[in-house]
Amino acid sequence: MTQVLSHPEEVTPEFEKDAARAQSRRGFLMALPTFVYLGLFFVLPFLIVIVYSFATRNRFGGTDLSGWNFEAYRKLGDSVVRDILFRSIWLALITTIICLVLAYPFAYFIATRRPAVRNLMLVFVMIPFWSNFLVRNYAWRVLLGNDGPVSQLSEVLGLGETRVLFTPVAVVLGLVYGFLPFMILPLYAAIERIDLRLMEASRDLYASGWQSFRRVLLPLSMPGVIAGSILVFVPSLGAYVTPEILGGAKTTLLGSYIVTQFLTARNWPVGASLSFVLMAVMLAATLVYFRKGGRTL
Amino acid sequence: MSSPVLPRGSAKLGLTVNAWLIYLFFYAPILLLVVFSFSADKNVGRWGGFTFDWYREFGQNDGVQSALGVSIRVALVSTLVAVVLGTMAALSLERFTFRGKKVFDALLYLPIIIPDVTMAVMMLLFFAQFFDLLDAWFGLSLSKGFGSIVISHIAFSISFVSVVVRARLAGMDDTLEEASMDLYASRWQAFRYVTLPLIFPGVAGGALLALTLSLDDVVITQFVAGPGSTTLPVFVFSLIRRGVTPLINAVSVIMLAISIVLVALSLFADRSKRASAKVSN
Amino acid sequence: MTVRPTADFDTAIDAAVSIGRITKKFGDVVAVDNISLDIVDGEFFALLGPSGCGKTTTLRMIAGLEFPTEGSLKIFGEEVGMLPPNKRPVNTVFQNYALFPHMSVIQNVGFGLKMNGVAKSEVADRAAEALEMVRLGGLANRRPSQLSGGQQQRVALARALVNRPKVLLLDEPLGALDLKLRQEMQEELKGLQRELGITFVFVTHDQEEALTMSDRIGIMHEGKLLQVGSPEQIYEKPSNRFVADFIGNTNLLEGTVQDAETVCLANGARISVASDHPAGTAVAVSLRPERAVIGKHESSGNGQTSVNGVIRSVTYLGNAVVYQVELDWMTLEAREENRTSVTRREPGQRVSISWNPQDVAVVAE
Ligand SMILES: Nc1ncnc2c1ncn2[C@@H]1O[C@H](COP(=O)(O)OP(=O)(O)OP(=O)(O)O)[C@@H](O)[C@H]1O
Ligand SMILES: [Mg+2]
Repeated sequence: MTQVLSHPEEVTPEFEKDAARAQSRRGFLMALPTFVYLGLFFVLPFLIVIVYSFATRNRFGGTDLSGWNFEAYRKLGDSVVRDILFRSIWLALITTIICLVLAYPFAYFIATRRPAVRNLMLVFVMIPFWSNFLVRNYAWRVLLGNDGPVSQLSEVLGLGETRVLFTPVAVVLGLVYGFLPFMILPLYAAIERIDLRLMEASRDLYASGWQSFRRVLLPLSMPGVIAGSILVFVPSLGAYVTPEILGGAKTTLLGSYIVTQFLTARNWPVGASLSFVLMAVMLAATLVYFRKGGRTL
Repeated sequence: MSSPVLPRGSAKLGLTVNAWLIYLFFYAPILLLVVFSFSADKNVGRWGGFTFDWYREFGQNDGVQSALGVSIRVALVSTLVAVVLGTMAALSLERFTFRGKKVFDALLYLPIIIPDVTMAVMMLLFFAQFFDLLDAWFGLSLSKGFGSIVISHIAFSISFVSVVVRARLAGMDDTLEEASMDLYASRWQAFRYVTLPLIFPGVAGGALLALTLSLDDVVITQFVAGPGSTTLPVFVFSLIRRGVTPLINAVSVIMLAISIVLVALSLFADRSKRASAKVSN
Repeated sequence: MTVRPTADFDTAIDAAVSIGRITKKFGDVVAVDNISLDIVDGEFFALLGPSGCGKTTTLRMIAGLEFPTEGSLKIFGEEVGMLPPNKRPVNTVFQNYALFPHMSVIQNVGFGLKMNGVAKSEVADRAAEALEMVRLGGLANRRPSQLSGGQQQRVALARALVNRPKVLLLDEPLGALDLKLRQEMQEELKGLQRELGITFVFVTHDQEEALTMSDRIGIMHEGKLLQVGSPEQIYEKPSNRFVADFIGNTNLLEGTVQDAETVCLANGARISVASDHPAGTAVAVSLRPERAVIGKHESSGNGQTSVNGVIRSVTYLGNAVVYQVELDWMTLEAREENRTSVTRREPGQRVSISWNPQDVAVVAE
C-alpha cells in the first residue's frame, strides 16, 4: 500500500482569506518600524511646529504653550516680514525662470544626441547634482570676492570694478548654480520620453520648427517643466545657505529669517508659523503637480 | 547627424553653445576652487605660488579633524539604519498590500519634498520639547549632540533609500521569487538568495545617496547639533560666516573629492544595476 | 544598375515625384543607393522589398524628413531636395500613426490646416468633413489613446488627406492591424485613392498587399531599385534573380546563355527561350510552379521545353496539389489546380515537366 503523505482537506474560502490576511500582516509588519520611526521623528515634530505656531513668546524669550492665539500669524502681515516674503518669492521666481530658460534647450540638446554622447553628457550633469551644495556655493564666494578672479577679469576687460558679492544678483547666481541640475534632470526625463516622430509628423503637417516646439514638444514636456520648476522654486524659497554666504544684510530671505527667529531672536512662534507657511506652499505645489498628471518627482 | 527636423543653422549653433556654456558654468568655479586651494596667497581668490600649506593645516586643525570624525560617524550610522528601514519599507510597498498602505506611501514622500529649513525647525522643536519632558518626568538631563543629529539624518534618509530601492524592485520580475519558492526555498531563503542579491545594486545606490545627503546637510544639523559635536559642513559654514580663509578652500576641495568619489560609486552601482536588469529580462 | 521605368508616358510632364540618382548614406551604411524613379500623377505606387532595404528611407526623403546625400528630387517638376517637410506639398501616414497624444482627434486632424493659416471656421469644417470621409464622425472629441488600432489608422489617414496633398506617403500603414482589418483597410484605401485621384506612394514588405493594391510596384533590395513595373510585369517577367525569387514561388534552373534563343542548363540540356543577355552569361530560368505542366515521362521528348524527373512528394492543399519533382540535378516544384479532370500522381512516378516558352523568364544576377 502506498503511503499517503498528508490528508489534505478541501480548501475552504476561510483558508484563502486567512492566507490573504497573513500576507497583509507580513507587509504591515515590514512597514511598521519605518512607520513608527517617521511617526515619532517626523509627524510628531511636525505637529509640535503647528502647536508652537499658535503659542506666545514670553518676556524671557521662552515660549508659553498655554493661551493659544493667532499672534504669530498676524505678525506675518508686518511690513518687515512681508518685505522678506515678497523678496523671497521674487528671487525664487527669477531663479526658477532663469533655470528653465537655460535648462530647456540644454535638456532638449541632450535628449537628441546619440545614446553614448547622451550618457556622457548626463554623467557631467550628475556630478554637480551630487556634489556638496555648501562647497559649490562657497566656490562663488571665492570667485566673486575682493580681488577675486571675476573682478580681475572685469578689470582686464576694462569693465571697471564689479560689486556683485553680497547683492541679490549674487544670491540668484548661487541659487541658479545650485539648483540648475534639479531643472535639467526632470526636463530631460520628460523630453526623452517623447516620441520624436511626433515632431516629424508636425513638420509634415506644415508646422515650422518653432510651431512644432510650441504645439507639440512643449505641451508634451509640461510634466517635466512643472516638476523642475517645483524642485527649483521650493528650495529657493526656503534657501538659507546661499543667502548667508553670498547675500548681504539687505538680502535676508525667508530661510535666513526663520533661522534667525530660532537661533538669535528667539521668537519661536513666528519662526514656527513661517515654517508652516513654507511647508504649505510646498504641499500646494506638489498637489498641483500630481493633479496635472505628473507621477514622479 | 543632419536631419531636417532637428534644429539647423543658427538654432543648432545656439543649442550647442548653450550646452558648452552650461558645462563651463558648472565646472569653472569648481576647478578654480581647486586651483586656489594650492595658492600660497593668504587672500583666497588670488594666485600666490604653489603650496601644500593649507592641506597641512587641514591635517593639523583640531576643530576640522573632530568635525570630520563626527561627520563620518554620523554618516555611517545614519546610513546603516536608513538602509535597513528604507529597504523594508520599499519591500512592503512593492510586494504586499496591507491596510494603511496609501498613507504610508504618502508619508514616505514628505521628507523628500519638505524644505530643509522646515525640517530643521521641526527637529529643533521636537528635541527641545522631548528633552524638557525627560527632565521634568525622569529628571534626566540630556542635550543635543551626536544622537539627535543621527536621528534627524535617518528621518530624511529613509525616504530616499526607499525610493531608490523601490525603483529597482519595480523593475524586477517577481516570478523569480516564486520560482525559488517552487524550488523549496523558504520565504526567508527566497529573500536572502534571490531578492536581496537582485536588489543589491538598488540598495547600494540608496546607501550612497544617504551617505551623500548626510555629508551634505548643513541646515538641519545646525539646528540639532550640540556644543561638543558639529559635523564638518556645519563647522565650515560657521568658519565661512566668520570670514573666508585659504584653509576653507582646502577643506572644501576635500569635501568635493568625497562627493565625487560617491558619485563615481553610484554611477558604478547604476551601471551594474542596468547590466543585471538586462539579464533578468 | 539603374532601372528606368519602361512606361509609355512622358515622364517630364506627368511625374508627381521624380527621383534622380538619389543616394542616402548614414555614416558608412548606404541606405539608398543611386535610385532613379518617376512616379506618375494619380497612380498607386508601392515600394516593396525585404526589411532594411531602404524603403522607409526613400519615403522619408520624399517627405523631407531626411535629406538625400546626393541626387535630385522633384515634386511636380519642382526641385525640393533641400526643402524642410513643412514646405512640401506632401503628407505622410506614419507607420505607428504618430498621433499627437495631447490633442483630441479633431485637433489632430485640423493641425495641418491650422499650421497653414487656414481660417478657424474652415479648419473645423474641413476637419469634420475629413473625419466623415473615414467614417469617424462620432469620435471627434476622443483622445487618440481612446481609439482602437484601426480607428487610429483612419485618423492618421484623415489628418494627412485633409490637407489635400499632391502626394500621399504611407509607410506600412496597415502593418499593425490584424489580418481581417487589414484586408478591409486595403479596399478602403484603394477606394479612397481612386475617388480622390491623389498619388499614393505606399511602402510595404507584404507582396500580396503590393500586388493587389498598386498600379505599379518598385522592388528594392539592399538600397537599390531592382525593377519597376505593373504587378503582371513584375510577376511574369522578373528582370533579375532576386525579384523572381522574392515575388511568389519559383523554380530557378541554373544555366548559361548560348545565343538569343537558347539557354544551356546545368545538366547540359538546351532549352529554347528568348533572352537579351550576351552569350556566356550565367543565368537562371525562372519557372513558376503553376506554369509547370506535368506529363508522361519522355512524352514531349525534344528536351527544349521539358525535363524528366521522379515525383518525390505530394502535398495536398485543398484547392491545389503541390508536387516535388526530383530531377537528377535539382528538385522542382509543380502545382496543379485540384480539379476533377486532373489525375493525381503518386510518389515514385516518373513524369516530365514541360512549359510554354512564353511562361518562363531568363533572369541574371
Ligand atoms: N537614422 C539612421 N541611421 C543609421 N542608419 C539608418 C538610419 N535609418 C536607416 N538606417 C539604415 O538604412 C538601411 C535602410 O533602412 P530603412 O529604414 O529604409 O529600411 P526599410 O526598407 O524601411 O526596412 P523595414 O521594412 O524593416 O522598415 C538599414 O540598413 C538601416 O539600418
Ligand atoms: Mg521601414
